[in-house]
Amino acid sequence: MKHPFHLSGARWAAPVSTFALAASLTIPCLLLPLTASAAEVQTTPAATLAQQFTLKNGMTLIVKPDRRAPTAVHMVWVRVGSMDEVDGTSGVAHLLEHMMFKGTPTVKAGDFSRKVAALGGRENAFTSKDYTGYLQQIPSAKLEDVMRLEADRFANNTWTDEVFAKELEVVKEERRLRTEDKPHARLHEAMDAVIYQADPYRRPIVGWMSDLESMTADDARAFYRRWYTPTNAAVIVAGDVDVDAVRVLAERYYGTLPVHALPQRKPRTEPEQTGMRRLDFKAPAEQAYVALAFKVPGLQPAGLPATAAASTDATSEDALALTVLSAVLSGYDGARLPRALTLSDKPVADEAGAYYGLTARGPQLFTLYGIPAVGKTATEVEAALRAQVALVAKDGVTEAELTRVKNRWVAGEVYKQDSVFNQARLLGVSWINGFPLGADQLLLERLRRVTAAQVQAVAAKYFGDDALTVATLLPQPVDSTRKPRVPAVGLRH
Amino acid sequence: MITPKFIAARALLVCASALFGMHSVWAGIPIQHWMQPSGVRIYLVESPAIPMVDVQIDLDAGARRDPIDKPGLANLMAASTANGVRASGAGPALDEHQLSEAWADLGASFGGSASADRMSFGLRSLTYPDLLDKAVALAARQLGEPSFPEAPWLRDRPKMIASLKEANTRPATLAARAFSQAVYGSHPYGRETTEASLLRTNVEDLRALHAKVLRACAAQVSIVGALNRAQADALVAKLLARLPQGGCTAQPAVPEVAALTAASEVRIPFASAQAHVLVGQPGFKRNDPDFFALTVGNHILGGGGFTARLTEEVREKRGLTYSVYSYFAPGMHAGAFTIGLQTRPDQAEQALTLVREVVTKFVEEGPTEKELQAAKDNLIGGFALRIDSNKKLLDNVANIAWNGLPLDYLDTWTQQVERLTVADVRAAMARTLQPNRMATVVLGAPEPSR
Repeated sequence: MKHPFHLSGARWAAPVSTFALAASLTIPCLLLPLTASAAEVQTTPAATLAQQFTLKNGMTLIVKPDRRAPTAVHMVWVRVGSMDEVDGTSGVAHLLEHMMFKGTPTVKAGDFSRKVAALGGRENAFTSKDYTGYLQQIPSAKLEDVMRLEADRFANNTWTDEVFAKELEVVKEERRLRTEDKPHARLHEAMDAVIYQADPYRRPIVGWMSDLESMTADDARAFYRRWYTPTNAAVIVAGDVDVDAVRVLAERYYGTLPVHALPQRKPRTEPEQTGMRRLDFKAPAEQAYVALAFKVPGLQPAGLPATAAASTDATSEDALALTVLSAVLSGYDGARLPRALTLSDKPVADEAGAYYGLTARGPQLFTLYGIPAVGKTATEVEAALRAQVALVAKDGVTEAELTRVKNRWVAGEVYKQDSVFNQARLLGVSWINGFPLGADQLLLERLRRVTAAQVQAVAAKYFGDDALTVATLLPQPVDSTRKPRVPAVGLRH
Repeated sequence: MITPKFIAARALLVCASALFGMHSVWAGIPIQHWMQPSGVRIYLVESPAIPMVDVQIDLDAGARRDPIDKPGLANLMAASTANGVRASGAGPALDEHQLSEAWADLGASFGGSASADRMSFGLRSLTYPDLLDKAVALAARQLGEPSFPEAPWLRDRPKMIASLKEANTRPATLAARAFSQAVYGSHPYGRETTEASLLRTNVEDLRALHAKVLRACAAQVSIVGALNRAQADALVAKLLARLPQGGCTAQPAVPEVAALTAASEVRIPFASAQAHVLVGQPGFKRNDPDFFALTVGNHILGGGGFTARLTEEVREKRGLTYSVYSYFAPGMHAGAFTIGLQTRPDQAEQALTLVREVVTKFVEEGPTEKELQAAKDNLIGGFALRIDSNKKLLDNVANIAWNGLPLDYLDTWTQQVERLTVADVRAAMARTLQPNRMATVVLGAPEPSR
């Protein structure tokens, strides 16, 4: 299932089958891990609950033991992403992520990767609108080695202008690969810039090409000095580890790093949208595509108090109900959107779905999208998508649907335990968004209490025209003889 | 792009060249193996920590056996089992919606697909007895009694055609397709689903193929999860209970992939932001005794991420690309050895020249002692990362089952890597790769000035 996720630039992507879309970190429907209460899910003897600590210098440490195999995952999450950039240097957070592999006074360029490989490890890094992350998967006996390496580059990353210039070319190629030749990616990039006027979510993670062209080594260095400080980062370790031992190592390698004050984060609040925005986007393609993004509330940490029974604000309740709505609309094969639009006798769409993120550092969207069936138009798909939401607003959802999506979440909690890597990733996202440990269980309990009436109410409340942006892909013939759209430019030396 | 149910089939090779060794402090991975009277072969790894199970059924009915005029049929048939089950002693008929709701309500999933070699069905379920019993019973019906109704097929076929046409507007698809043709020629590994082949295919074809290939005696079942042997045995019996028993006959041999006799070069004009460059030739079969040497060789050449030679030369030293890679795809036949990259159109020639230099030199000289040691350190040291989840274990168990590898394969793997010498790797690569007889595809680059 494709949904209009925010692409995350990773430092390296494996080759993908040409039949798949972009290899990217797809953000799951719930950005917080859901854990069913112990009553439903037997705790795994090999695993124990995650624990969180604050190191001496203010850096956060989260440890999640899972002793099933002698491996561990080690990550550093920095609360800085493309949303923290300023105009003219879009893409610098992601570019810096690339530069973090280019050395320190004691580890020369390329050696970080060689050392991790020699330990039997795998590594990568990723950047999103909200965060930047660095990870290694290693035999658990090698945890100390990667901690030493990672702490060193967190504090002492350094490289020459020449090395920077070369890596900048790599990042431009990454932009061409992920965005320039992919009509849907370009549409969503253009769409974000129309949805948001003041909010920094308007800029692409990988950066505008013109900003990459004019990026300087000092832009990246300044960004690093500004944001990479222990109080703005968390170390996450999961797998075959002992909590106390990890804590000692973390204090030794991370707890001793120098701290500087973080710059003030400017709110750049998006003004209220007071009318529909439309965007036509022409690109070489066979099939049209339409995406509708409605501005809706998200869930903030304050909206998830430590006791689920505590009364909460209406906005948070709405966010939870929107999560249930998105699952009812497109959370499984026979959900409402595919069933009504693509699996009917006379389908209007070849594909249809909904996507809602729930938690993020920035504002939230509820997105509906579809690909018209042969002989149908994007306009018809747009109407059909909105009609399905209107139907929920008018008639509500059935108890069977409600139970079905909730049961799938509970089952998903069990399956989720199979991947230690994924558990560490979810702990990272949760921390980035400001949630405490255990928020996942609170969230599941709250979601299970969402009623059919609440789902009906949010369907009626948030899907009008005024906070809506519609983007339509208008397919153009593929003309192999015309000049490439992107002019070739000389290598920068 | 397209939901799994509608993925148009193409002869995608599943790279079964994963490497396994043994973690020094670990007891081996005990794979239990037995056969049932029906002839089904079962492979089980007990993983009791989480109350879940993954089951994979594999059959020798992959795309390589598709009718010549209907490439993709195996995959379409396997995927179309989701379109409904017929009424039987096991219960009433269910349409596609009732079926997908039933799976959602069980918190379980079941689906089929086919790669070049195998037709596979996968079941994932919780192991709480009431849920698991229902999930296995439903999977047995979908496996043995699919209805292949005509309406969903006729409804979905235009979607598949449209998504094929969409894929054909993408530079990566066109480059891969041209490369596949150049490497495989007329071999089934190179055949692709087309609009015409889809229009030739109807539900009778799906039904006939199902009746022909779905037999308990032809199945091998790999299981990883919180089940003991007795429970796994009962699960498999129930899972295959609605399939015909017996009737397995030897299948006709499929011809081998022909070696390339000369270098070839295809240049495709295309207006894209990047040129796509692919270089390669038929590689080796999975049963090749040099499997380990070739796998390690490729790790050093272009498979090992940041430390590989190709990455070092094309990306790290020169900034010409974001992604450059090489891989073998050993299967029942010699799957392609592929080197791939994308770069700004005006840099395509430089990158291609460089890739050819790197691969030629590597085949001639082999790796250095230092490179081989680094590869061994990474592969042996990181062995545990290949089997640290049920999902990864399942892939490995199914790989052992499918390729008839010894049951202690995972326990002896590091020794197989450790004993390799530079001479072993060089000889194996030189025997398998001929840089002067490779196929090249360059899409989206200006004509080279020569």
